[in-house]
Amino acid sequence: MSLIEVENLKKDYVNDEVVTRVLRNVNFKINGGEFVAIMGPSGSGKSTLMHILSFLDRPTSGLYKFEEKDIKNFDDNYLPSLRNQKVGFVFQSFNLLSRTTVLDNVKLPLIYSNKKNYDGLAEGAIESVGLSHRLHYFTNQISGGEKQRVAIARALVNNPEVIFADEPTGNLDSKSGNTVMHILQKLNEQGRTIILVTHEIDTANHAKRIIRLKDGEIISDEKVDNRTIAKEERDLVK
Amino acid sequence: MDFLGTIKLVFRVLLARKGRSFLTILGIVIGVAGVIIIIALGAGAQSLILGQITKLGSDFLVIEPGKSNEKGPPVQIFGIVVTTLTNSDAEALKNSAQVPHAKNVNAMVSGSVTVSWQSKTIDTNVVGTDSEYKNVFNLKMQKGHFFEQQQERGNANIAVLGYSVSKDLFGQADVNPIGQVIKVRSSSQAEAGGIPLRVIGVVAETGTAFFQDMDDQIFVPLTIGQQQLLGIRYLQMIHVKVDSSENINQTINDIKNVMNQRHRIRKEVDVDYTVRNIADAVAVLSTITNALRLFLTAMAAIALVVGGTGILNIMLATVAERTREIGLRKAVGASNSAVRNQFLLEAGTLTFLGGIIGIIIGVIISYLISLLMRYLGYDWAFVVSIWSVFLAVAVSILTGVIFGLYPALKASKLNPIEALHYE
Repeated sequence: MSLIEVENLKKDYVNDEVVTRVLRNVNFKINGGEFVAIMGPSGSGKSTLMHILSFLDRPTSGLYKFEEKDIKNFDDNYLPSLRNQKVGFVFQSFNLLSRTTVLDNVKLPLIYSNKKNYDGLAEGAIESVGLSHRLHYFTNQISGGEKQRVAIARALVNNPEVIFADEPTGNLDSKSGNTVMHILQKLNEQGRTIILVTHEIDTANHAKRIIRLKDGEIISDEKVDNRTIAKEERDLVK
Repeated sequence: MDFLGTIKLVFRVLLARKGRSFLTILGIVIGVAGVIIIIALGAGAQSLILGQITKLGSDFLVIEPGKSNEKGPPVQIFGIVVTTLTNSDAEALKNSAQVPHAKNVNAMVSGSVTVSWQSKTIDTNVVGTDSEYKNVFNLKMQKGHFFEQQQERGNANIAVLGYSVSKDLFGQADVNPIGQVIKVRSSSQAEAGGIPLRVIGVVAETGTAFFQDMDDQIFVPLTIGQQQLLGIRYLQMIHVKVDSSENINQTINDIKNVMNQRHRIRKEVDVDYTVRNIADAVAVLSTITNALRLFLTAMAAIALVVGGTGILNIMLATVAERTREIGLRKAVGASNSAVRNQFLLEAGTLTFLGGIIGIIIGVIISYLISLLMRYLGYDWAFVVSIWSVFLAVAVSILTGVIFGLYPALKASKLNPIEALHYE
């Protein structure tokens, strides 16, 4: 049983009657617990694919089944709660709320869920990325690497099936990037499905499987042989 | 969707932008403070005016010489001297069986006089009247007594002093005014001289009634006032106190019958007197003050609308500025309605706070005005009605929600993908 299944997936953008085919006939399956990198140059359609997989957008045609359910059957009003419960996002530019503490940022998805015990869940997520000592810092008082770890904690807080990481190391120096990749690999070891979107092979090599896209089509889909394992940073040892 | 969590978040967002939040609500603060002050001033002015008039009771009629519109000003205001009201008119009304509901009938004249005692000299107002005056105006005596009917008829050389006149003349010397002889002359008469009057009483502190300072007067028998001080033979006013307010209209008709008979009036154009009804005057004044209040409230409402457009502008700017945040919220699970509600709640909270600040400022200013008016000697009530407070709060929240609706809807309709990548 696969977590994600796409068949003949197509996405067109229409702009002033000019049709741009962004995704043409994409097919793959992702099982629970995988660590997949979707790789390709800019314009290859990888971001669009991630938006569709993470319920931010819908395909023009084709099948997308999540947990064996065709998302065509889900009403638009239901998509926000799917995003809230089933997926977590990590963005290249962090997208944290400014003038807000680390704790409040991580709590944000909980506000839109029915969960209780906000603080406990949020503190747990922050601890798992090794930032318990930054709980009440404002997001402008912490480093870029720490910001991305806050974003990972926010993605984790609702205990989602999949974490989508869109160029998570793109704005970070290599040391901070390494830490972020280490956390993602650790989460994957714990059984979390990770889907990484990147254009860099070095980053993609942290995954177990790479799906390469070009001009909206899959050009390869293979296992990573010499997988890069991100080393644990000392400050992460808790 | 957790409501309390959202409220907390809203407060944090607003607190993080204190300066901007305050500027956003400035218009609302001014509008609400305006509403509170205007309603308080209206109520204060109304209570002042009505208090002055109803101090004497609403079962009170005034007969003036000359025909004037009963709801308009008396002709004397225009400097016209009318001499058609006489002492015998008053006598006739007092004794007539045709006016059964007249409890007290009082005739009076008044003018400016100079009063002196030893080396002290003051200018004040003289009221020449009869013994009924005390009953009509419910005067309380501080010392001595008001003049009796025999004294008034006997043209006795006596005077009763108002509270502050007595204080000004005798206060410093600490002399009991009763039995002292003061000299009184009309202000228009030459220096020296004046007629000597023996003080027989001092009226207790009364304050103002009919916008006349009751304490800054002296009272003398009617004929002394008319002939020796003012040099006139007519009356300026007759007061009639009716036994019960139900009998007012009846009594007005009775008085008109007696007067028409005495003045031999057969046609309406020949009427040479006016009967005024205090209840009518109260009604007219209430209409005026209510209209004024309505007008001022409309002005305040305009201020609120202007404040509302301020909210509209700033909220639109806020939505544009926070596009990425809106995208993020949608990505992590906020539905369109959750985003809309958040911005509505922010606008409503802002204007609610604006309303509260406006109320506090409005109440403080109204209170200071009432202190000032009292300091100036007016019997000014400090009234802030609960309904005006509720109205101000409700209107300010409503302003926020109405003017916040468009920006909130705009925010809720943002596409999350575009919003997330907004630069």
